[in-house]
Amino acid sequence: MTKPDMSVEIAGIKMRNPVMTASGTFGYGEEFAEYLDLENIGAIITKGLSLKPRAGNPTPRIVETRGGMLNAIGLQNVGIDAFVDKKVPFFRTIATPVIANFFGNTPEEYAELAERLDRIPEVAAVEVNISCPNVKHGGIVFGTDPRSAETVVKLVREATVKPVIVKLSPNVTDVVEMAHACAGADADALSLINTLTGMAIDLERRRPVLANVTGGLSGPAIKPVALRMVWQVARAVRIPIIGIGGIMSATDALEFMLAGATAVQVGTASFLDPSAAQTIVREMELYLAEKGIASVKEMIGALEA
Amino acid sequence: MQCKSMVVSNTEVSPGYYRMRLTAPQEFARSRPGQFVMVRVRDAVDPLLRRPFGIFDLGSFETEYPDAGSQTYFDILYRVVGQGTAMMSSLHHGDRLDILGPLGTGFDPGAASTEKILVGGGVGLAPLYYLAKELVREGRVRLFIGGKTKEDILCVTEFERLGVETYVATDDGTLGAAGLVTEVLERHLHEDPAGKTLYACGPMPMLKAVAEIARRRELSCQVSLEAHMACGMGACLGCVVAGRDHGEFTPDYRCVCKDGPVFDFRELRWV
Repeated sequence: MTKPDMSVEIAGIKMRNPVMTASGTFGYGEEFAEYLDLENIGAIITKGLSLKPRAGNPTPRIVETRGGMLNAIGLQNVGIDAFVDKKVPFFRTIATPVIANFFGNTPEEYAELAERLDRIPEVAAVEVNISCPNVKHGGIVFGTDPRSAETVVKLVREATVKPVIVKLSPNVTDVVEMAHACAGADADALSLINTLTGMAIDLERRRPVLANVTGGLSGPAIKPVALRMVWQVARAVRIPIIGIGGIMSATDALEFMLAGATAVQVGTASFLDPSAAQTIVREMELYLAEKGIASVKEMIGALEA
Repeated sequence: MQCKSMVVSNTEVSPGYYRMRLTAPQEFARSRPGQFVMVRVRDAVDPLLRRPFGIFDLGSFETEYPDAGSQTYFDILYRVVGQGTAMMSSLHHGDRLDILGPLGTGFDPGAASTEKILVGGGVGLAPLYYLAKELVREGRVRLFIGGKTKEDILCVTEFERLGVETYVATDDGTLGAAGLVTEVLERHLHEDPAGKTLYACGPMPMLKAVAEIARRRELSCQVSLEAHMACGMGACLGCVVAGRDHGEFTPDYRCVCKDGPVFDFRELRWV
């Protein structure tokens, strides 16, 4: 029985398997090196970067919910300069592609960051987080307005030759419309979904649990929504999709692939088990071997609906 | 490291408070007082996140089989406050738990010449026991324990057996002095103000009060913080605390799980 071929390719990024680690859940990779072999996963996506260092929100920033968790970290990060100085050197020590997730407060900031990231050879691709407010336009979240998203993606596209993945927000009326806007602006791939906006309340204190009041819901609770959106978007656009949302097991990952995803991201699962991404890869391989499926690529969009 | 520990014992030491002993691999013995573990309560998604617990004690026991060597173990103290801890309280000898640890920074034992003063509040005092075991070898160690009522005062006998002079305060006076543990601490320091090192572990209001005492009296002081955590490894940034110079344009957030949980009190911003 030959080993199944687990490799996939997205916009020129060659990955040895379709399992990537999601931004914000894996630091910059090094933090997890003692718990799993970083060479066993398909790609690492770094914590979201901004031009200047960002403090993030006051605490409490996290709260567990039924089958999930809310986070309102507030995009705390070291800023692009410290990223280049302190985090990039580690990427040279691993073969696994490292993808830089980034965001901006204005379209110009997105462009500037994309330009800077373009010049870093250790960064294999960029993932654009458009789930942030445009401070120039009354704080409307880029990812909820097709024209704003299109503007950002166009600018990023012009600023870098690296593969551009756009991460979609689910907090929209029509995710397909957003997908079209980004694909039309020449994104190379789409990753979805980012977190769903939610809230938790402390009955005794009669206050919201999070200092920010609302936060992003992640974990198993969001999987059905994520799966539906991946399926809808995959039917609507021609570019590759990366599925994200409550993936805890190989079964979950394979379901996303059936729905149309070429690859998946594992996020919250890494908090339960730091080696989750690695385990999911292994179990996907076992599944394919048992079923006599020669390549994981055969799963992509194979849903019979 | 990540390991599957076996529950050796799980004993209720005071109503709602438990002491659990768990096995660990040999390398776990490198754990330092002040470090903690992240416990996966069960192999399911509800409850989702691991729970952090300070290492109360660490040791080894001889196994039944003469040539099998010794087995490393560690103890944690926990209070049943919610779903996760309620599940833990029903575990028995032989059950298994997935553990991440040892995590975080430990206490700095400091110079042997200074007198050591430990200040603990409720179940937060757990790491102080492991610390006391080390410190008593070098000199005088005093412990001030506080809690709401006598049921919240834990393990006094264990500390006394080590040779630690223990002073108790409860808010309602049902055990020891009535009032805050920091008030009792102040009175003792007043009588004897020579150079000491404070080690405090407990709820934030208690830590603030101890930090204020240390500042005023110019004493060395290390505090161990508690925080809600998701990853426990410095990746998610959920458990941060403000560093001394933290400001809107000069962010300086520290992860309690990685840069702490033990901090020199001067490193933090006390508001």
